[in-house]
Amino acid sequence: MTAEEPAVRLEHVTKAFGSTRVLDDVSLDVPRGAGFAILGRSGTGKSVTLKHIVGLMRPDAGRVFVGGQEVSALEGEALAAVRRQIGFLFQNAALFDSITVGENVEFPLRRHTKLRDTEIRERARRKLEAVGLGDDYDKMPADLSGGMRKRAGLARAMALDPDVLLVDEPSAGLDPITTEEIDDLLLDLKQQGTTLVVVTHNIPSARKLGDQLVMLHGGRIVAQGTVEDLARSDHELVRAFMQSRHAG
Amino acid sequence: MLGAATARATTHLATVGDFTLFASRAARQAITPPFEFRETTRQIYELGLRSAPLIAVSGLAVGVVLSMHTRASLERFGAESMIPAGLAMALVRETGPLTAGLLLSGRIGAGIGAELGAMRVTEQIDALEATAVDAFRYLVVTRVIACVIALPLLTTLMNFAGILGGFFAETVVTGMSLELYFTRAFSMVELTDYIPATLKTMVFGFIIAVTSSYLGFTTSAGTEGVGRASTRAVVLSSILIIVVNVLLVRLIFFIFPEAAG
Repeated sequence: MTAEEPAVRLEHVTKAFGSTRVLDDVSLDVPRGAGFAILGRSGTGKSVTLKHIVGLMRPDAGRVFVGGQEVSALEGEALAAVRRQIGFLFQNAALFDSITVGENVEFPLRRHTKLRDTEIRERARRKLEAVGLGDDYDKMPADLSGGMRKRAGLARAMALDPDVLLVDEPSAGLDPITTEEIDDLLLDLKQQGTTLVVVTHNIPSARKLGDQLVMLHGGRIVAQGTVEDLARSDHELVRAFMQSRHAG
Repeated sequence: MLGAATARATTHLATVGDFTLFASRAARQAITPPFEFRETTRQIYELGLRSAPLIAVSGLAVGVVLSMHTRASLERFGAESMIPAGLAMALVRETGPLTAGLLLSGRIGAGIGAELGAMRVTEQIDALEATAVDAFRYLVVTRVIACVIALPLLTTLMNFAGILGGFFAETVVTGMSLELYFTRAFSMVELTDYIPATLKTMVFGFIIAVTSSYLGFTTSAGTEGVGRASTRAVVLSSILIIVVNVLLVRLIFFIFPEAAG
């Protein structure tokens, strides 16, 4: 990957489920080390975009690149190698509920490193401490609150120190204080050089994390730029969105 | 109306095709590396060892009941001494394998269907894939291998528990000793009775694991879908076991003609 090459690139991506076109000729570049926020109303294809980036979905047309590798054309070990460079925080954290919080964070380390058991535990503990869950190592995911689950999910997503972190609705279902805590954690990671791609409804979060923003509507990008650019957009829905009660 | 029926038939055929591809992929990956030893061992414990109490208790009960029925029949001909051998033969050849298969399709099938279904709707399967783990190999293939290994062992347990149950029933009536009972029970049972009948439960294990994994893996529609996957896993794997058993018995008789004697 060259310095100028974007961390993530979508080229004319189209995806339909049945007769519903969820993404319609979407193209975007996420610069390396940037914070990139994807905005839009529910059901406009934001999460689908993230799933294309990590190769969980394949476009009907178009191409998806991560670090210069065409994820949409990779399979098997080649796809797994790209995925190891990506962390994914799911909307509901998607913690593996049959193992403890600590084991969730250990999981990627056990799968993809040759570290010794004590080192894996130590690293997992450090990741959990970084998100304020150092004392919850042996708890089961079901025993955590929504905000704690999300922080544990973030610790797992960061276990392998990925280059790109995909975050799906970090503030969904959380109170404003927890939202701000999660945003601060993400901001720290961005400042350490991690590329962030964040799907959010929350304008203060987007303002804090997003150097660049895009707004999806009807499967298409209807606005792209900085927070200020979007606030001045000619598109009525974009302006309404930016001025909504969640706008900071 | 004809159009709707055609559409339904096409959907069903597509599902059968999907299922067949799923099953053949599972069979292929079960015998090709890399193997998930740690997870497979965990599944053998979860699906196999933890089913042992159910199988042992059921086997005892089945043995008692079979013994009572056999006594009622053989008493008329003055052939009570044949009760242990008749019961052992019935258990080893058919009752043990089929009963174990059906019981385990309930316990294991429902468990796998519900677990994988819940993992699907809560995006845990996506999370595995996003963590660069082959979710199919990790979740499905490990369960298939575990079931294929566990079913013959649990069937053997069922057979022994059944024979033991038969002994309890017999000793209450006649006071027969354990040694004499087991000597008589195994006097007629040959390896050709035990091995093919027990090995066929490996197919039952494959059916249970693949059917319930397929239904769990393809779950949609939230928690309602999870419940549906769990129920269908039990129903479908039970039906498949019963039907496939007919074919397997026919096959065993063809390969081992002495087993039909």
